[in-house]
Amino acid sequence: MDWLSRNLPYLMAGISVGGQYALIAIGYTMVYGILRLINFAHGDIFMCAGLIMVYAATVFPVYISIPLVIVVTVLIGFAVERVAYKPLRTAPRMSVMISAIGVSYLLQNLALYITGGLAQQYPALPWISDVITVLGVTTKRVTVITPPLVILLVIVLVFLIHKTKVGMAMRAASKDFETSQLMGIKINSVISLTFIIGSFLAAVGSFLYFSNYTGVTPTAGAMPGLKAFVAAVFGGIGSIPGAVIGAFIIGISENIIKGLGWTTFSDAFTFALLIVVLIFKPTGLFGEAATDKV
Amino acid sequence: MSKKLVSVLLAASMALTIGAAPVLADTVKIGVYEPASGDNGAGGKQETLGMMYANQSCPTVEIGGTTYDVELDIVDNESSNDKGPSAASKLVGDGVSVVLGSYGSGVSIAASDIFKDGGVPAIGVTCTNPQVTQGNTHYFRICFLDPFQGSVLANFANETFGAKKAYVLAKLGDDYSQGLAFYFTKAFEALGGEVVKADFPEGNSDFTSYITDAKNNGCDVFFTPTSTEAAANTIEQAAAQGLEIPLLAGDTWDSNVILNAAKGKNVQIYVTTFYQEGGDEAFDTGVKEFINSDSTNLANNGGDDTVAAVTAMGYDAYFTALEALKAAGTTDPAAVNEALWSVELDGVSGHIAFDQENGDAIRDSAFVKVANTETGAWDFVSVQTVAE
Amino acid sequence: MSKKKEIIINVALIGGLLLILFILERFLPATSMLFTVLKKGAIYALVAVSMNLLNGFTGLFSLGQAGFMLVGAYTYGVLTIPVAERANVYMYFDGGLIQFALHPIIAIILAGALAGVFAYLIGLPVLRLKSDYLAIATLGFAEIIRAIFQWDKLGPITNGSNLLRSYPSYKSVLFYFVASGICIALIVMMINSTYGRAFKAIRDDEVAAEAMGINLAHHKRIAFVVSSFFAGVSGALLAMYQTSVQAAMFKSAMTYEILLIVVIGGIGSITGSCISAFLFIILSEWLLRFLDTDTYIGSFHVPLLRSGFRKVVFAVIIMIIVLFFRQGIMGTKEFSISGIYHKITGKKKKEVKGGGADE
Repeated sequence: MDWLSRNLPYLMAGISVGGQYALIAIGYTMVYGILRLINFAHGDIFMCAGLIMVYAATVFPVYISIPLVIVVTVLIGFAVERVAYKPLRTAPRMSVMISAIGVSYLLQNLALYITGGLAQQYPALPWISDVITVLGVTTKRVTVITPPLVILLVIVLVFLIHKTKVGMAMRAASKDFETSQLMGIKINSVISLTFIIGSFLAAVGSFLYFSNYTGVTPTAGAMPGLKAFVAAVFGGIGSIPGAVIGAFIIGISENIIKGLGWTTFSDAFTFALLIVVLIFKPTGLFGEAATDKV
Repeated sequence: MSKKLVSVLLAASMALTIGAAPVLADTVKIGVYEPASGDNGAGGKQETLGMMYANQSCPTVEIGGTTYDVELDIVDNESSNDKGPSAASKLVGDGVSVVLGSYGSGVSIAASDIFKDGGVPAIGVTCTNPQVTQGNTHYFRICFLDPFQGSVLANFANETFGAKKAYVLAKLGDDYSQGLAFYFTKAFEALGGEVVKADFPEGNSDFTSYITDAKNNGCDVFFTPTSTEAAANTIEQAAAQGLEIPLLAGDTWDSNVILNAAKGKNVQIYVTTFYQEGGDEAFDTGVKEFINSDSTNLANNGGDDTVAAVTAMGYDAYFTALEALKAAGTTDPAAVNEALWSVELDGVSGHIAFDQENGDAIRDSAFVKVANTETGAWDFVSVQTVAE
Repeated sequence: MSKKKEIIINVALIGGLLLILFILERFLPATSMLFTVLKKGAIYALVAVSMNLLNGFTGLFSLGQAGFMLVGAYTYGVLTIPVAERANVYMYFDGGLIQFALHPIIAIILAGALAGVFAYLIGLPVLRLKSDYLAIATLGFAEIIRAIFQWDKLGPITNGSNLLRSYPSYKSVLFYFVASGICIALIVMMINSTYGRAFKAIRDDEVAAEAMGINLAHHKRIAFVVSSFFAGVSGALLAMYQTSVQAAMFKSAMTYEILLIVVIGGIGSITGSCISAFLFIILSEWLLRFLDTDTYIGSFHVPLLRSGFRKVVFAVIIMIIVLFFRQGIMGTKEFSISGIYHKITGKKKKEVKGGGADE
């Protein structure tokens, strides 16, 4: 019991942050699956969701500001795709990726301008921000509800992708972009929908993440974004369950490293893990073996 | 298409060059080299507010029988060592007589040589790292130093809490954080204490594991000299995890960001700092009025009118510069540099005078404050002095 | 215009530029803003060209530039701090382990060499990866390098998280132009050699290049090591320019900045990278600074202008270039006297060197 209460906090923190990474990672993995684009701006969209909540909560009560944040975040995600990625559909992949970096730069600087560079305190959300005690460990309720919520969302998403028509279109687009277009799939709507789902999950992730880690800064999305991307690659990019499992693994191992006293390398470890995976299993844990088209 | 782009850019740059304003006669310029963005943006802005308020309350100075208008030339060094030099060059190029700043020692050191080559003296306001003034004659400073602050905190932990074991958490790659942690550790170990040291990387916001570590190691105090960004997260998570030992930090935590984060939560936070609100009534009322008079000022101060110690220090730095200008009798930077050595004044943060070796302030006391989690204000604890 | 004539004109132009700088240095104070941005511009031109060698000419999308600059900057700093100053700089580590100081020029070369060694070692595993995966792996390595350099167990060598300072540095802007110019010239020579042709073949079609008998692994490694060597040199120059250096500043944001310079200049254009490096630095650090300060024209308070606005405007400019001027300033072309000459005289343009990444 003593051992448990000493070590459970690391595990709980790991699972909780892993779940939050997972919600961001899904956005990366879905966009990459279809567009073969590392959407560098995704982490910043996540940060925007946090900031919007900070400002919305000063004006509206929680039951209005939460849906409002979701709607605005989805709109931002949608707009980013339409403005910055769609015109580059025929351009080489590097151009689109650079455009993504540009959007990320713009969003961060806009946030810097609006907040004046000061860390904003995230409002305490009722119920999920409450402090509770689990097995002798004191923590916020959000730590405990994150994993089941993530799993529920993933099940819904997998159902959407495998059982609905629009999901079929998504799968087709990620298998073969051009052919699916020839088959009459409205590729632009499919892509927009992907971004909408990704941004929606990022918004949900932001509620959970910032309830735990309450300082919202213009760069607050950069590191979680990068780690979520690593998680997506780790699990096999394009695969949603893979991204989720990858995210949990990264969240947990990152906290174990800290628990072992190797705090200097907690971030470096994540990247080392990524590189090892890329070298020995380039398609990730659950990725399909890609065939090079000549 | 690309030609069009070049011509647009060229035209834009030309328009900007023409827009540069001419220098007015009988104006003396004081450079303000402070961060307004990056890790230390919050603190830098509060420090700048102190200077702006000082400038508003005393906009002229008599130098050698002529009355000069004092103009603040404010640049943003972005808390970054690679952007700092060009910001410093701008000040030198603008012909400032003396520079104030910066919040954060790293950027001060990065700009030091630019000021030296430009022949402009600089007054460090709250850069506490010894290396800023060490071995040069143009960088002065009006605050206490990290070795002093570290030992004040170590003694305070030992005397007040009877602490035998301290958890020290510093930010990786941050010289302020690591330096203060180093001096605290040294002093704490000299007192017979034991230290558990940990680092967190840039961009980290998950401090739960560190807090668990501190608990598991049975530490008596949690010392974390970090920027306010990390601080807000640390406090929130310490409260959520029911950390019962006190949190200790240096001057950076003396900010309303900390108070807001701590309000209504079950945490104990102690900081060492340069100034305690209530130390000078006239200054407090004046600066509060100044902050409330303008929405931008209010936002820069973090949304309320709590007087940060760095604001008081910024205020004092401005008057130190004015004293030096008066004593020099000219706006020539070299003469101001010479005059600075013997400047003495009673500022709101205490008596200011420089030692004759490095140009460091002669200060032997620091305020210790505790965050009142009910009122969301700082409560005075003690004035701590340490014989080196 | 004959080749010989062109070379003479180019040499004369470069000589003229250096002469102008030399004269300017006699008349303007050394700390003038102009020199500060020119120095940094020269350094960024070099690192942008070195990145272009990889991304534009070899088609390897690497995002590790900041990491290699860090290696270079630290090598330079660690090896050149005068022995007398070491006790001050390494104040937390009892003066550090290294108790000698090298001549700056030797240290610069070693800075590049060590960055090259790091690149060689990193290249062994990662160069097998394809495009985006390579990008993310190199980005990851840059982060790992940063963590290692900040590790306090290595403090006696790297000074941990603390600044390196007090090392010698050249003040003259001419030095930065000459050093950076020599390095860029070396890169250009490489691009025009058989190696350069092999790089471009790899970029255009890996499979075809391999079929032609080009050793992919070998050439990719060479491009990666050479690019990192020059990134290391530019890191050393940057350390010199800043007069103090700290690992914390070599973040991925720095790599992105360099990448944007390459893109604005035109992926696959050396002169484009140089021009855009200077434009980028001069605009962002000098001319656009006024956007950060409250301004009154008469009694009219100009709206929006306050701290941080400069970066927003700058980001918008970048997005406009990325979206609407996709080729950047120069596209894949090179700025050359003969090009201008032919334009003016209306004669048919000669085949230009270089080539885009995306054809």
